[in-house]
Amino acid sequence: MAVSTNAAGAPRRRRRFSILTRQDKLVLGLAVGIPAFIHIFLVWVPTISSIFLSFTSWNGIGGLERIKFVGIDNYVNMFTRYPPFWPALQHNLVWLLTFLFIATPIGIFFAVLLDKNIRGTRIYQSAIYLPVVLSLAIVGFIWQLQYAPEEGVLNNVIHNFFPNMGTISWLGDKNINLAAVLVAASWRHIGYIMVLYLAGLKSVDPSLREAAAIDGASERQTFFRVVLPVLKPINVVILVITIIESLRAFDIVYVINKGQNGLELLSVLITQNIAGESSRVGFGSALAVILLLISVGPIIVFLTRTFEAPE
Amino acid sequence: MAEPTRMDAVTRRTILKGMAGAAGLISIPAIIAACSSPAASTAPSAAAPSAAAPSAAAPSAAAASAATGSVTFGSNYSNKDTDTKAMQAVVDAFTKKTGIAVKVNTVDHNTFQDQISPYLQGTPDDVFTWFAGYRMRFFADQGLATDLSDLWTKIGSNFSDAFKASSTGNDGKQYFVPFYNYPWVVIYRKSVFADKGYTVPTTWADFKTLATKMKADGLTPLAFGDKDGWPAMGTFDILNMRVNGYKYHIELMKGAQKWTDPKTAAVFTAWKELLPFNGDIAAALGRTWQDTANLLVQKKAGMYFLGTFAGQQATAQADHDDLDFFPFPTLGTEFDSELGIDAPIDGFMLTAKSPTLAADKDAALAFLEYLSSGPAQITFLVANPNSVAAGNDADTSGYSAFQKKSAEIIGGSKAIAQFLDRDTDPGFAKQMQSFLQTWLTNPDQDMTAYLKSIQDFWDSLGIS
Repeated sequence: MAVSTNAAGAPRRRRRFSILTRQDKLVLGLAVGIPAFIHIFLVWVPTISSIFLSFTSWNGIGGLERIKFVGIDNYVNMFTRYPPFWPALQHNLVWLLTFLFIATPIGIFFAVLLDKNIRGTRIYQSAIYLPVVLSLAIVGFIWQLQYAPEEGVLNNVIHNFFPNMGTISWLGDKNINLAAVLVAASWRHIGYIMVLYLAGLKSVDPSLREAAAIDGASERQTFFRVVLPVLKPINVVILVITIIESLRAFDIVYVINKGQNGLELLSVLITQNIAGESSRVGFGSALAVILLLISVGPIIVFLTRTFEAPE
Repeated sequence: MAEPTRMDAVTRRTILKGMAGAAGLISIPAIIAACSSPAASTAPSAAAPSAAAPSAAAPSAAAASAATGSVTFGSNYSNKDTDTKAMQAVVDAFTKKTGIAVKVNTVDHNTFQDQISPYLQGTPDDVFTWFAGYRMRFFADQGLATDLSDLWTKIGSNFSDAFKASSTGNDGKQYFVPFYNYPWVVIYRKSVFADKGYTVPTTWADFKTLATKMKADGLTPLAFGDKDGWPAMGTFDILNMRVNGYKYHIELMKGAQKWTDPKTAAVFTAWKELLPFNGDIAAALGRTWQDTANLLVQKKAGMYFLGTFAGQQATAQADHDDLDFFPFPTLGTEFDSELGIDAPIDGFMLTAKSPTLAADKDAALAFLEYLSSGPAQITFLVANPNSVAAGNDADTSGYSAFQKKSAEIIGGSKAIAQFLDRDTDPGFAKQMQSFLQTWLTNPDQDMTAYLKSIQDFWDSLGIS
C-alpha cells in the first residue's frame, strides 16, 4: 500500500502548472533578455565605467594598466582649479531655466493659438516648425551670419536706425553672447514644442471644451482647468524633452566658438577634455559624472511623481 | 587651433563644408569605432564627408609597385581645392620617381587632430602628417612614433639647426621630417603706408607712435580678432620672447618656469600698451581671423599681427601683391638680437603601430626622404604660396616677394618657436585660450590672482 501510494501519489505530481508553453517562455526570455542585455551593456556598463574612470588619471594612451587611481583629485581640481567649471554649470542652468520658463511656454502658447484654426494656420505651423528640421549646428551657422559684427543683418539694421550706435559684438561680448545663443536655440526649440503640443491639443475630446463652454468657463479657465490637466501625459513628455534638450546643448556653441568666452557648457568641457591629444579621460569622466547627476536628479523625481499610481 | 591655413573666408563653400562638418560631428562615434577596426585606413575618410579622400594611386603605378613596395599615408590636407590636390601632386611625383605606390588616406583637418590618439594606437597608416615641437615629442614619448635618426643622418644636412631641434624628441632622437613653415609677422598694405607716409617701425616706441598716428587717421591701428581663441596666443608668444627671451618662453611652456613669476606679469604689462590700438575688444572676441584679415584688406585697419596665412584673405592678386610685412618690433631688451619668432613647422612622422609598417618600412623611409627634399616641398607650395619650404635645397627662384620675405625673416631669427599650442601640453593650450580671453575682457584685473589661477591649472594637470 505504502509502496503503491509512493509510486502513484504526490511525488508523481506533474511539473507546476503554467499557462506558458516552453516556447512562450523562450520567446519571453529573449524578449526581455535581449533588451536587458543591450541596456546593461550600452547604458549601465559605460555609466559605471565613467564613474570608475572619474577617480583615475589616464591620458587614453596605452593599455588599461596605465590607468592610475587618484581618489577624488579630479573632483577637487574641478571645483577649485578648473576655471571654466563654475561658469559652465551656471550656463547650463541658465539654459535650462530659459527653456523651461521662456521657450517652452512660448511654444505651448503658439500651439494653443494655432489650434484655433485661425486663417493661414498651416503656413504659420510650417514657418514655426521649419527650424526644427535643422540641426543645432546649422542653426549656429545661420545665426552667426545674423550676428556677425560688421556684415551681420542685425547690426546693419541697428545701424540703419541708430547710426551713432557702436558695433555690438553679439557673440564676442561675454555679457550678452549666451543670451544671443539662447535666442537662436529657442528659435528652434519653440517650433519643436509647438508641434508636439499641437498634436496633443488635437487629441483633446471636443466635448470636454463644449461642456466647459456650456458651464460658462472662459477661454482661460477652459485651458488651465480642463485642457491642461487632460494633457498631463503630453506635459510630462514636453518637460522631459525640455530638460534633455537643455542639458545636451553642445553643437550650437561648439560651431560658434568651441564653447569658450562666455559660452562654456558642461558638455563642451567633457568633449574638450576627452577628445584630442593627451586627453584627460579621468577628468573628463568626472565632469560627465556631474552632468549625469544633474540630468538624473530632476528626471527621476519627476517621472516617479508622475507615474506613481493614482490614489 | 593654430591650423588656420586650411580655412577660407565665409563663403557658400565654407557653409556647405560646415554642414558636412556637422554631419561629421554626428559620425564621430563611427570614426572612433573605425579607428579601432582593421579597416581603419579607409574608414575615417568615408565617415568624414568633407575629407573626400582621393586615395587614388594610379592603377599602373600600383602594378609597378609590386616590386618596390608601397606606403600608406594618413594626411590631414583636407582642403580639396588646394591642399589635397597639391599633396596628391607630391605623391604622384614620388611614385613616378621611385615606382613606390602611396595610398593616401585624407581625413578632415580638425577631425584628424581630434582623433589622433586613437588613430595612432589603432591601426594607423605608415606615414602621417603632424606638427613639430611639443606635439611631436608627446607622441614620441608615448612610443607611438618610430625613431627617424638614421634617416636624419642622410637628410640632416638639408635643414638648419633650428629645424633639427624642432624635430628632436625628448630622448635626443629625431622623429619628424619638416616640410614647410610660415612666420608670424606684422602685415600691412604698402599702398596705405605710401598714401599716409607711414614708415615701417622697428622699435616699440616707433611702433606705438605709428599706431597713434593711424588712430588719428581713422584706422584701427592693429587689427585683432580672437573668436577662435588661438590668435591671441601669437601676441603672447612674441611679447614673451621679446620681454623675457626665447629660453624663458620655452621653459615656461614646458612648466620649468612659473606663470606666477613677475617676468610673466611683465608680458601682460607690455601687452596692455597695445590694447588701445586693437579697437573694441568685445568686437575682436567675436571676429574670426578671416574677418579680421578682411579689415586689413579693406583698408579699415593699418596693421595685423598674424601668420602669413592671413594673405589668403587677399583673394584678388592686386590686393595680395599690395601686402607686405615686417617682424614684430623689438622692445629694447637684451633679447632684441635673437629676434625670436613663431614660425610653426608642418611635416611628417612615421607611426609605430601600423600593421603594414614592417613590410613597408623601406618604402616609407624613401617617401619621407623624398618629402624632406626641396623639389617635393616646392611642388606642394604652389598651392600654398603663404608658406616657405623647410629644406635648404629648395629652389626659391619661383618664390613670390611674399615668400622671399618670409624666408628672409625666418632665416634672420636665431630663435624659432612653434606657437603656444604646439609648444606646450595640448590640454593646457586649450585652456590657455580661455585664460587669454578672460584677460582681454578685463585687463585691469588683479594680475597676481590671475597668474596664480593659470599656474594652479597647470599644476592640476600633473605634467611631470
